[in-house]
Amino acid sequence: MSRYIATRAIRGANRIVKEAEDLFEKALAEHGPDTKVAFPNTGYYLPVILGITGTEVERLGGLKPVLEHARSLLHPVPKERFWTPYLGEALDCGIATLLAEEVIMGIRFVYGEQPERLPGFRLAGGTFTSPDESAQEAIEGRVNGPIDDIQLRSWGIQLVDGRMPGFAAIIGAAKSNEVAVKIVRELQMRNILVFLCGNVNGRSIIHQLMEEGVELGYDTYTVPFGTDTISAIYAAGFATRAALTFGGKKGGQTREIFLYNKFRVFAFGLALGEVDDLKYATAGGVISYGFPVIADTVIPEILPTGVTQYEHVISMPFDDIEGKDDLERATRLVQRCIEVRGVKVKIAEIPIPIPYGSAFEGERVKRADMRIEFGGKYSRAFEYLRMRGLDEVEDGKIEIVGPGFEDVEEGGYMDLGIVVEVAGRKMQEDFEPVLERQIHYFINGASGVQHIGQRDIAWIRVSKSAAEKGLTLRHFGDILYARFHSDFEAIVDKVQVTIYTEPEELKKWLEIARAAYDVRNKRLVEMTDESVDTFYSCTLCQSFAPNHVCVVSPERLGLCGAYNWLDCKASHQINPTGPNQPVPKGEPLDSDQGYWQGPINFVYEHSNHTVERVSMYSIMENPMTACGCFECIAMVIPEANGIMVVSREDPSMTPAGMTFSTLAGMAGGGLQTPGVMGVGKYYLASKKFIKPDGGFKRVVWMSSFLKESMAEELKAVAEREGDPDLIDRIADERYVTTVEELLPWLEEHDHPALKMPPIL
Amino acid sequence: MTGNRTIDPAAAEMLQRAEEMGISTAFSRAEEMKPCPIGSTGACCKNCAMGPCRLVGKHDRGICGATRETIAARNFARMVAAGASAHSDHGRDMALTLLAAAEGEAPDYEIRDVNKLLEVAQFLGVKTEGREAMEIAKETAEAALAQIGQQKGELLYLQRAPEKRQEIWRKAGVAPRGIDREVVELMHRTHVGTDQWYESILMAALRNALSDGWGGSMLATDITDILFGSPVPLTADVNMGALKEDEVNIVVHGHEPTLSEMILVAVRDPEMIEYAKSKGAKGINLTGICCTANETLMRQGVPTIGNFLSQELAMVTGAIELMIVDIQCIMQALVPLADQFHTRLITTSPKAHIEGATHVEFDEHRALEIAKEIVKMGIDNFPHRQDAHIPKEINHLVAGFSHEYINYALGGFYRGSFRPLNDAVIQGRLRGVAGVVGCNNPRTCHDASHEYITRELIKNDVLVAMTGCGAIAAAKYGLLSPEAAKYAGPGLREICETVGIPPVLHVGSCVDNARILTTLSQMATEGGLGEDIADLPAVGFAPEWMSEKAISIGSYCAGSGVYTIMGSESPLANSPLVDRFLSEGWEERIGGKLEFIADPEEAVEKALEHIDKKREALGLEEYDPSRFGRSGDRRMEEWLALLEKGEPVSLYREPRLK
Repeated sequence: MSRYIATRAIRGANRIVKEAEDLFEKALAEHGPDTKVAFPNTGYYLPVILGITGTEVERLGGLKPVLEHARSLLHPVPKERFWTPYLGEALDCGIATLLAEEVIMGIRFVYGEQPERLPGFRLAGGTFTSPDESAQEAIEGRVNGPIDDIQLRSWGIQLVDGRMPGFAAIIGAAKSNEVAVKIVRELQMRNILVFLCGNVNGRSIIHQLMEEGVELGYDTYTVPFGTDTISAIYAAGFATRAALTFGGKKGGQTREIFLYNKFRVFAFGLALGEVDDLKYATAGGVISYGFPVIADTVIPEILPTGVTQYEHVISMPFDDIEGKDDLERATRLVQRCIEVRGVKVKIAEIPIPIPYGSAFEGERVKRADMRIEFGGKYSRAFEYLRMRGLDEVEDGKIEIVGPGFEDVEEGGYMDLGIVVEVAGRKMQEDFEPVLERQIHYFINGASGVQHIGQRDIAWIRVSKSAAEKGLTLRHFGDILYARFHSDFEAIVDKVQVTIYTEPEELKKWLEIARAAYDVRNKRLVEMTDESVDTFYSCTLCQSFAPNHVCVVSPERLGLCGAYNWLDCKASHQINPTGPNQPVPKGEPLDSDQGYWQGPINFVYEHSNHTVERVSMYSIMENPMTACGCFECIAMVIPEANGIMVVSREDPSMTPAGMTFSTLAGMAGGGLQTPGVMGVGKYYLASKKFIKPDGGFKRVVWMSSFLKESMAEELKAVAEREGDPDLIDRIADERYVTTVEELLPWLEEHDHPALKMPPIL
Repeated sequence: MTGNRTIDPAAAEMLQRAEEMGISTAFSRAEEMKPCPIGSTGACCKNCAMGPCRLVGKHDRGICGATRETIAARNFARMVAAGASAHSDHGRDMALTLLAAAEGEAPDYEIRDVNKLLEVAQFLGVKTEGREAMEIAKETAEAALAQIGQQKGELLYLQRAPEKRQEIWRKAGVAPRGIDREVVELMHRTHVGTDQWYESILMAALRNALSDGWGGSMLATDITDILFGSPVPLTADVNMGALKEDEVNIVVHGHEPTLSEMILVAVRDPEMIEYAKSKGAKGINLTGICCTANETLMRQGVPTIGNFLSQELAMVTGAIELMIVDIQCIMQALVPLADQFHTRLITTSPKAHIEGATHVEFDEHRALEIAKEIVKMGIDNFPHRQDAHIPKEINHLVAGFSHEYINYALGGFYRGSFRPLNDAVIQGRLRGVAGVVGCNNPRTCHDASHEYITRELIKNDVLVAMTGCGAIAAAKYGLLSPEAAKYAGPGLREICETVGIPPVLHVGSCVDNARILTTLSQMATEGGLGEDIADLPAVGFAPEWMSEKAISIGSYCAGSGVYTIMGSESPLANSPLVDRFLSEGWEERIGGKLEFIADPEEAVEKALEHIDKKREALGLEEYDPSRFGRSGDRRMEEWLALLEKGEPVSLYREPRLK
């Protein structure tokens, strides 16, 4: 702290707590204490309040003790002379500020004032499955507000696997629109999640970015929270929820939550423009999370460390930053932010004319902005990666067989085939699908390029602006060449890329590719847990959930859906000391129940001795734990003698009386809770799916999303189970959202679970 | 003749006045009576009636055959025993007060710090769950008393030390078994014809000292906090300028807070204030001297008018109506001195009577009643004040740094820890930490060594913690003010500005040196600075020591792993072997050492050398102050000043002074 900052922070805290108290009294009088208070689509009540005080606030009246606690944390401003210490006091005032701010936001939701209205604003959001904008009308004219749980989980795994190194909470407004855009682009290029809030004299960076036509939303890793300082509370909420979701922390474990953030979540605050009392006060709260604050104006610096890992407060007066122009200064500012937080960034230099980074992965290219499309409705695109001998691959060779897209009309389409050939002393055929899958991420990293799907259902769009900047097909080759080398240097020595648009050649290679896909499909399908003697662990998420261990077998893929047994095996070979370790099955104790000595020992050892026994299949007895990244949650519905499966895409209420978000709190964090289990969705189609508990026939309810997205696989399961209509007997959220509705529905549809032995 | 007697202008002024009035003081008596040349080197043995023997010149053995080493070691050991018993008996009295309060027999006392009670109770193995505070307090007091009387095993508080330290104590056989037992045993060992090997005597002395630091003193501090509250920072006045011309001046002096806390209640009583007014005073002004002052300063902000050597000088002002004394460091000279003025001297402790003083025995069962009675005596005396002269000298300080508060200060309620402190040491913003404690001694210029050493340490980026009369000394020269950060090196200044602390922290009275031990333990266990107190770049000083308590304190600091420097010629100079054993022998066995260095410059030099040696052993970066000092408010203040002046300034630009 410095006395100047402490003075202003303490003053700001006293004022905002008073404001929250006044607003609370007003709301209490107008709405009454039983009015519900919640942030929509989040499962942690008011998360900062939950984290700090352990209080589960659901109703207006519940805010009173929170405000009382906030007040108890306040202190008077330091005296002009012979002052008493102020660091601890100012940090406490910062906590009081966060509590007050969240109270205010909770109440604003009651009044329908959140997410904040912003005329003319349109969120770049929607789903990951369709690039065409629909159902966006509802969010027109409002900024984002708190990040929903589905997004939190989706980003969580990226934070875990390093694709996303951290987040930046930007507050205020940049010196100019140009600088605002540059700062955000620099952060995006480093895959740093950007939260936007606050204003300087009414002008917010959100306005600046809007004016410059920068797309803001989940898909571009830039989340506009609101144009006032108070909306910064959503960043603190995100951090708190990260600790609750992935760290297995509980509400009220305040110190642990803060320390988890200090050591695990690489975040920082960036104050652009003048810093006022409330911003200082909010910064005081943010510092308790271990997040440093950097300003682009003259403010006092706090360089000693301790509460944060590195310096607490840095001031970089913008015009004094060395650089030939403001854009270069903006770049330097971002570089310094990253240094101060110790954010680890791995960035590959890609020689292409457009920005590149994982932050652009989720970017949409709308039809109207599209220069050309490969695959999708009107054309065919495929990608295929195979290994060759070292002398059969010419490293760095990028060849285009056929015409480029220059002559295709704007908004048109063409067929495309991408063939990557790699060679390396340590390369194996088993790695082919693992590497091939990366093409999706690699291509998607280019700004203005959208990649969806894989294999022969790939679908690529190039935006007009990317094409205008000079992007050609050859650049796809440049990207793949650079990324395969930088990301897989351990196994890849040579890379060569051929891109086919010439129809005959393309057809020939598509057949070769399809034959290879088929071989790969069969390889895993034919494998059973009995046919191998080794499973693989996945402890990738232990940085977030220290006690969680996934055991991945041929018939049970990882709960995140991203790693099957072959992937783990390949990953282990690529990185022998990495998170995927072989787990010898060892003594079969009861293989029908899913008990082998090997996994039991391994999980006990690697869960910090918290999980004493684990079944590979069961949900009822010693179920496998989960980190928080699961695609679905399975949960027993005792009344229906079966289980329900809710997918994370499904925000609806379930017969368990909880939404996915709320359930996730029970299923995650490495805790073993019989009756609740986080799973990958393809586990549903496995013969081993909750085998000891009765198998797939136990499923009495499942999200319609699963029924639709896995229609083929589920049809096969139904046939295997000897009841081709089985899927139709399973309820979903379109018909049933309570347990009371569920039973009659099941009876009406003659669901087999009703005749099965009791599940409990 | 006050030139080299004191650096305190108020004290100098009063010495001048005393001289003019023909009054003798400790200063003048010290000039008249040189120290005994035989006793001052530890050469005299009067432990039996065959002597006293003086082992000087050709005499290498006493009548019983005791060597110079044995005799010097015995003398040292007996100082430790006396000092340790003073602190520990103080601790016992605190425990008895807590017990009386818990049993409802001392209705004027309450539990002011329940959290501390719970913490201490848990440490002493008292169950806390679902129990009333008074019930817990009663058992806690009993458990504390049991520790004092414990015969076997180990003191529970040893567990507050880092594990490695505990192992070292066990291995060296110096882990104290009890408190009283260690004093008694040490007295026994030094009886004629008992322990007659200096190494054995000095290791036993170490065990006894540790039973003070990690026993009696620590209990005294903890229980005082429970009864009167753990200190938190507050601003207060220091030096004789805090005496009031027009109010009844009542001074508390000694070491215990039990009575003085009640006196404070009494002087704030509107009835008493009215009564004072009826006697022509504008009010009642309570101030303190020595460690009673420190106790009431730390918790209540009562002004301190001076340290040990100021007790007579304060009286020389002629402005003190009443001086209330309890135990320890009270000069008998106060009685004849008081006779020269209207001042009334009241002794209160059943174990500290002074011939000629008025004795009003303190009884905690009717504490407030007695306190009021005493205050009334002071008020009644106000009309008798005659020719008074109060020096103008006054300074301000921030006190109240309990280790609990320091922990809070470094991160607040939720993030409090010693991490920022350790980080600062690791990075080299702080070169190290030091404790500067102890008394005054008229054999050396009053306050001069305290002031010099403290100032030099902070200039060299060493964070200083102070207690007792040393703290009062430094406070008088402004070093305990947050604004003193300007005297600090660049790294320490940054830390001060970050936390809002002065570069010198007042952690309490001399019995509160236990707080320094706790703080050092927490630093050693926080991580990054080794795993034992002896690994820390830390030093201890008692620059102007005079009491036996100081010897006990110095020994337990050394015994805890700290290099401790006593600011005098060695009282064991007659036996260089014994001197060396306290230094090299102890360092080899327990990692800390005790040395006597009279020259403050040499002391600072050796201390910094030691700190750098420890830094190197920890693999820390070499101390380089030029790397630090950039943060803080200065740049902002410049910017604001320019704005004020109407100069063109931009938020996006560093302020540039023309």
